[in-house]
Amino acid sequence: MSKLHVTTKVNGDTVEFLCDPRETLLDVLRDRLGLTGAKEGCGTGDCGACSVTVDGRLVCSCLMLGAEAEGKEIATVEGIAEGGALHPLQKKFIEYAALQCGICTPGILVAAKNLLEKTPDPTEEQVRYWLAGNLCRCTGYDKIIRAVMDTAAEMREAS
Amino acid sequence: MALDSSKTTGFKYVGTRPDRPDGFDKVTGRAKFGADATAPGMLFAAIKRSPHAHARILRIDTTKALAMEGVKAVVTRADFATGLTGENWNILENVMAGDTALYDGHAVAAVAATSALSARDAMKAIEVEYEILPHVTDVDKAMEPGAPVIRTGAADASVPEGLHPNVVRYHKSGHGDVEAGFAEADLVIEDHFVTEATHQGYIEPHACLGTLGADGKGELWCCTQGHWNVQKVCAALLGLETSQLRVTASEIGGGFGGKTTVFIEPVALALSRKANRPVKLVMTRAEVFKASGPTSSTSMDVRIGMKTDGTITAAEGVFRLQGGAFPGAPMEFTAMCAFAPYDLKHVRQVGYDVLTNRPKQAAYRAPGSPMAAFAVESVIDELCKKLDLDPIDTRLKNASHEGTRASFGPKWPRIGLVETLEAAKAHPHYTAPLAPGQGRGISCGFWFNHGGETSVSLAMSEDGSAQIMVGTPDIGGSRASMALMAAEVLGIPYENIRCTIADTASLGYNEISHGSRVTYASGLATIKAAEAAVEELCARAAAKWGIPEDAVYWEDGCAKPSGPNAGDFEPLPIAEITATMGATGGPINGHFEATPEGAGVSFATHIVDAEVDRETGSTKVVRYTVVQDAGKAVHPTYVEGQFQGGAAQGIGWALNEEYIYGEDGRLQNAGFLDYRIPVASDLPMIDTVIVEVPNPGHPFGVRGVGETSICPPLAAIANAVSAAAGVRMRQLPMRPSRILEALDSAADG
Amino acid sequence: MVDVALWSGLRPLVGGRDSVTVEGGTVGEILTALRRDHPALGPTLDAGVSVVVDGRVIAASLTEPVHPDSEVVLMMRLKGG
Repeated sequence: MSKLHVTTKVNGDTVEFLCDPRETLLDVLRDRLGLTGAKEGCGTGDCGACSVTVDGRLVCSCLMLGAEAEGKEIATVEGIAEGGALHPLQKKFIEYAALQCGICTPGILVAAKNLLEKTPDPTEEQVRYWLAGNLCRCTGYDKIIRAVMDTAAEMREAS
Repeated sequence: MALDSSKTTGFKYVGTRPDRPDGFDKVTGRAKFGADATAPGMLFAAIKRSPHAHARILRIDTTKALAMEGVKAVVTRADFATGLTGENWNILENVMAGDTALYDGHAVAAVAATSALSARDAMKAIEVEYEILPHVTDVDKAMEPGAPVIRTGAADASVPEGLHPNVVRYHKSGHGDVEAGFAEADLVIEDHFVTEATHQGYIEPHACLGTLGADGKGELWCCTQGHWNVQKVCAALLGLETSQLRVTASEIGGGFGGKTTVFIEPVALALSRKANRPVKLVMTRAEVFKASGPTSSTSMDVRIGMKTDGTITAAEGVFRLQGGAFPGAPMEFTAMCAFAPYDLKHVRQVGYDVLTNRPKQAAYRAPGSPMAAFAVESVIDELCKKLDLDPIDTRLKNASHEGTRASFGPKWPRIGLVETLEAAKAHPHYTAPLAPGQGRGISCGFWFNHGGETSVSLAMSEDGSAQIMVGTPDIGGSRASMALMAAEVLGIPYENIRCTIADTASLGYNEISHGSRVTYASGLATIKAAEAAVEELCARAAAKWGIPEDAVYWEDGCAKPSGPNAGDFEPLPIAEITATMGATGGPINGHFEATPEGAGVSFATHIVDAEVDRETGSTKVVRYTVVQDAGKAVHPTYVEGQFQGGAAQGIGWALNEEYIYGEDGRLQNAGFLDYRIPVASDLPMIDTVIVEVPNPGHPFGVRGVGETSICPPLAAIANAVSAAAGVRMRQLPMRPSRILEALDSAADG
Repeated sequence: MVDVALWSGLRPLVGGRDSVTVEGGTVGEILTALRRDHPALGPTLDAGVSVVVDGRVIAASLTEPVHPDSEVVLMMRLKGG
């Protein structure tokens, strides 16, 4: 099967790639662009480990075809920190031990950042429901929720 | 004189909560997990799996697959070692079927190709002809006369005569005269309990990248809880010399016991050997559910007698576990953990390990114990209810403590059960008012913990910083704990220490990260390795000062003169000693190898409030408190994390999670949509209380904490739900349909 | 001589006794003596046991010392998740 040529933006950089029409955006990010931060936990959109944003909208990159990225702006976990400076969410996740194994962390950070951009003052219930699509098996979510809530508070104070 | 830094108080670093060393990598996407590795010329692999629960393999035709573009190799059982025995044979049989496919998802062939998509296409083109055989997936049915025999001659010497050949191991233990004990009771309750198989549910599927040449030398990268075990087993399954295979453990995306064995690693290596190229193999989520190692399902009978004052007079349990098509269901742990929290004069426990047409079970966090607690603690709860007794006071009245005889034989050393019960009783949660529709449950839980073979190496750098090499994969932040313990001994800041998980070529043998052994055993070895380095540091200072080595002691990262020489010399900081180490005797390192045998057991008490919706049958956990003995919490935040994580997994096991097999013997819910693990909106915050009853077997008093936290939740939640619903729940999971049935039958009855 | 307590599933193999007395100053010596004096226990010992000495579970080490007054209990071998 002949491959498709796709031009898109990932974390602000224009990139081009060739992909099989059956390849997902996640396959392309990981195998063609070398961005392995997004993880494949299920391949069916149930675990959220592959979360990225496409034109600002949170999606499971395993549910979108690579070819559909044409002309879009993709943001992944690799683009959250600015240079060596961690985003407040990243700092809080480390401080609160909001990760144990860390496999779900990239997806949860992408999702949480997306939440705080839209909802700077979320309730605990809002955070829990927004992150309900991101499975974590290690933490019981307690420290994740606290880290997100505290980041939101800190970012509100800073702005 | 050997240095001894043992202590249980007065810590400077241990007990603090610094950032974990791998935190930056893990929040930026830089950390490399199992599926994140690549190699030049790498092929991708896919595994052909049986769609049948039990079927003889008549013919495997790989012609079409091999003819496809980009396909480089196909392997079947014929490509693995022959003549294996014991557990190696069992593992090989599970990794790649021989004559018979034993469960839905059992591997029968594998293919490697130049892309993941071509490998998948080629896998589908492999043709397998089967003769379908009768199957059984239920533990009770597998024991019935006339049940299909899954394997003849699999039973070991422990099995009494007259049992079905599917019963492959048997355990019986206890002491006293249970019938006499029941005769002393004012009330005896006997009940039957059932739990379904659940999966560890780690978010990272099994993944590996293997290279094996015709020269018998190989490299393997994989996500595992124990890479020396992977090395040993893969070498056996492929007929290699163990030392010729170097295994590197990737960052691991959860294990919980499920990554303590091998599934795909030998397959990738066999394909690589045949194709002479590196091969990457990653399981899909459906494969993880169907063909890795879930836990056992159980059928249990428990009988307990109690006096009106709450004294337990006798207890008896029969625990039947299926562990798939291979021996190994952890029924002896179910039996031995069942009554461990209680001081019993008369106790008897019996376990059966039963074969079924399901995947080979693997360890899952305190294997076997949570189910036992579910059955036993439910009966105790019912007795307390009927006799109008306080559930914590009743447990305290019967609690095991130092010197009492454990239900499985020995006398207890210093243990912390009473302390967890007292802390639970004192916690505001225990006396907080409940809203209408809510119920409260409590439960105790027990796990043994483990030591195991351990090697640690520590090297000083010229600038006075230190690197530690440990061999136990870090599944929950253990590198931080190792660095804290080394900092405590060396007297240098935590940040000046880097802890790395060494590959199999860089360090001596290490047993798997299992049995809650890492902080205990690798921690102990880290402390000893650091002590060895400190001794050498002191010796260098002594040589410099020209005084005897035993006249130097170590404090706050400095060598100091003692005794008659005290005050004669200024303290010599670590960096000054290491700066010249090359010229004063050579590099300064410390190492330690042992099989430490002092892992202290651990007990926990959990309190749960649950709310049951009587119309829909759905349950919400509204408040949860974990109280557990950690011995000494090295990094309290990560200890809390273990408590919370175990509780959350227990909540899933109790309320939602189950393997559902159809009449055809096929798994019906091999995905996270239908096998529903708790999500953020399902759970409340999980409160924690760390009890510290030091373990005399560890220099700082550490007890393993990872597993015990999943022992009490099934029972605690069942007790809470039973209280809320007003009807005893005896089967897990307590999904809405089951609760509605129970409510209906209670209304009818 | 050391008294070694057996779990009840093993008792039929040693004539119904709940413990046996063997010679040995270490866990390894005790296991060797058990195998020698009570061959019926062989398959169980081959399958793997832990030995509890004075409340400490010895999972592997054969060199752990055992004293004549030690409390010694056989247990099925420990593993974990």
